[in-house]
Amino acid sequence: MGSRRLFAIGLAVGSLLGIGLYARRGRGSNERIDLYFADGSLTSIDGGASEAARLVAQARDILRAARQ
Amino acid sequence: MTDGKTALAELMEISSQIETVVLFGADGEVVASTLPDQRAKQVAASAKALFEEAGRAGMGELTHLEAVTGDGSLFVVREGDLLAAASTGSEPTAGLIFYDLKACLRKAAEKPAPKPKPRAKPKAGAKPKTTRSKDSGKS
Repeated sequence: MGSRRLFAIGLAVGSLLGIGLYARRGRGSNERIDLYFADGSLTSIDGGASEAARLVAQARDILRAARQ
Repeated sequence: MTDGKTALAELMEISSQIETVVLFGADGEVVASTLPDQRAKQVAASAKALFEEAGRAGMGELTHLEAVTGDGSLFVVREGDLLAAASTGSEPTAGLIFYDLKACLRKAAEKPAPKPKPRAKPKAGAKPKTTRSKDSGKS
């Protein structure tokens, strides 16, 4: 009985951790910067890329300042 | 130039997705904003720096950008000598936001329509003009 209970608690904790990690990963991967140019071209840079990471961090700071 | 505040008020009226907006010149000077002065200046300076840095990442002339973050999205749009920086929540309709911001910038940059010239008063001694009807020459 005790081992079944322990298994259930472990399963619940593991599920919660999994959900948390999945949500965090999903949130991170959505971050990007879309650049639109005068000639009609679009460049989308993933937030994970080094060149975009700084720009996305800058954008996050601006959003924070705007919402203070 | 049309009052930037009027253009901004109209924008906030039609767009339910935009939370805050700052209109500023290419020199970073704030034209109109939904934020208090100090914060508007800070946002304008940072958005200008972000736009310039992002412009260096591409080959051509950057006209607008959207930065998607976990906290929401930041839009920066340029139209002539004016720029707008707007914040929204998560997953906004980007096309609509860009359209509304560009329309707002165009409106803010519009020159006011010239006032109609006052009609010249008739001179004191001038004869009043009379119109002839077609029938007046006959019979």
